[in-house]
Amino acid sequence: MKIFDKILKSYTILILIFMYFPIVVMIGFSFNSAKSLGRFTGFSLRWYSQLLADNNLWKALSNSVTTAAVVTIISVVLALLMANAVVRYQYRGGSLIDAFIYIPIVIPEITESLSLLIMLSFLNFPLGFWSVIIGHATFCATFATVVLRARIAGFKKSYEEAARTLGANEIQTFFRVTLPILMPGVLAAALLAFTLSFDDFIKTRFTTGPGFATLPLIIYSEAQRGGVSPRLNALSTFSFGISLIFSAVRLLTLRRGRYE
Amino acid sequence: MPAAVELIHVTKRFGEVIANDDISFTVEKNEFFSLLGPSGCGKTTTLRCIAGLEKPDSGIIKLSGEVVNDVPTHKRNIGLVFQDLALFPHMDVFHNIAFGLKMKKVNDEEIEKRVKDVLRLVGLEGLERRRVHQLSGGQKQRVALCRSLVPEPDVLLLDEPLGALDLKIRRRMTEELRRIQKEVEKTFIYVTHDQTEAIVMSDRIAVMQGGKIKQIGESREIYSHPQDSFIASFIGEAVNLIEGICEEPGAFIGKKLEKPVRVEVREELLNTPVVLSIRPERIRVARKLRDVDNILDARISSALFKGMYHEYEVTTGNDLTIKVFVPYVGPKTTFQLRDKIQIGWNKEDAIVISTS
Repeated sequence: MKIFDKILKSYTILILIFMYFPIVVMIGFSFNSAKSLGRFTGFSLRWYSQLLADNNLWKALSNSVTTAAVVTIISVVLALLMANAVVRYQYRGGSLIDAFIYIPIVIPEITESLSLLIMLSFLNFPLGFWSVIIGHATFCATFATVVLRARIAGFKKSYEEAARTLGANEIQTFFRVTLPILMPGVLAAALLAFTLSFDDFIKTRFTTGPGFATLPLIIYSEAQRGGVSPRLNALSTFSFGISLIFSAVRLLTLRRGRYE
Repeated sequence: MPAAVELIHVTKRFGEVIANDDISFTVEKNEFFSLLGPSGCGKTTTLRCIAGLEKPDSGIIKLSGEVVNDVPTHKRNIGLVFQDLALFPHMDVFHNIAFGLKMKKVNDEEIEKRVKDVLRLVGLEGLERRRVHQLSGGQKQRVALCRSLVPEPDVLLLDEPLGALDLKIRRRMTEELRRIQKEVEKTFIYVTHDQTEAIVMSDRIAVMQGGKIKQIGESREIYSHPQDSFIASFIGEAVNLIEGICEEPGAFIGKKLEKPVRVEVREELLNTPVVLSIRPERIRVARKLRDVDNILDARISSALFKGMYHEYEVTTGNDLTIKVFVPYVGPKTTFQLRDKIQIGWNKEDAIVISTS
């Protein structure tokens, strides 16, 4: 039993090293003073300052953040409606709709992207910011629904009824009781949607048009053009950092969101 | 002065199920009125109809003389204490209680004062900043009561609010609720399946069964004059129900009684299957009884000493078992298993009622 435990432990550590070592190397070499990727010659912020001076990059970052923000708002509103409908109301075909909401999670993203592109060109929809938003919102809303659903399932109808008996109308009840009680779930869903949208590559690649690039697209095209470079390391590290911050905030709010 | 609450022929269906079947009753101002019945009898539905959380299929509901069928819940000026209490988990005690006052646009100073006053009324002063999950069961219960009371509702509805508490706190809260009701001078409608609670607290009780109201009356009246055998057995610790028939006024022939017993019987119950109902504490036991309307020979078949009283089961000649409670006042009231004794009661101690 003891030996088995040891094997399991070393195995787990190996897996973790396998997963995280490349990221650690990438982060480390982003601070390398030399252009070489084989040798660490000294600490430097040279690549970062180069990035800061790159206007294209700032444009891409701002595109990524704007896209993620708009997608987050759309996803959370849709998720609130969908999760409510699924959890609280019984109607014909309810379980079928329930299943359809979750299917996007298992559909290959490439299939989803391609079909969306075909539909968009069929409709003559201009490719760019809004087409990317549509592409992201469809799958982000699904994930947001999964997160919110758990929260809504634990929500007692009597909270709302109590507010009504205390003189609150429907709107006051929603904003003073329902939404605040669901807030930890809403926040978690929003952060998840933001992170997913911010990181997305495939959907964006398929649905964007000329002149609209997000951070992952820039990273990919640089990698394609110049191969792996310290500049690219710095860029990826930067992108990784932003996603990490959002994930951390999400975990923290989830933990704090428990009342009982 | 119009009645606080009036229900006129209220019926409510959920699909095939009739939860409320032609319910009519009137609750006077400042009355403590209980809806008592086993679970599933429709008492909570009645309460929710009064609150406007359910819409009756037919019938009229009046609050303070005005028809409120189409008035939404938040404009009815009622309070409701929920079975699960439904305290808002994202607010502290103060904000929970202040919620109704804020909805009424009462100014902050007044809110502060009224919350303080009501917390004193229930003995929870100083707990304003506690979060809901930091309260004990009894405290939550009191906060829920405060929250519903503080906006000064015309009627306070209570849906088995003591259900989650353990028995000891439950009994104490029962008395406290009664005291609070007297102190705030409000109309209370209380839903419960616990007949002791209903008897202790209520001015009047409505007993419900299968969506219908079976009897309405004061506690003592329902206890001593239940209308049928269902109510007789539902109300009170225990009751002896003996099946039989009255062929002529004044005499009851029991299936398991060796001879007719003397009773008072209403004319409409003659020659129909009836039940003789006798409360265990109304029956006397002695080795030899005298000057009692009805005397039966019996044997003690079970004896339990309960401290304040003996709980005996006696068996008569025809294998009829009767429960008897005898106050413990010394060895004279103490009998042993298989003792030959006599039991007896006067005709006003028993009543003849219809089978349900």
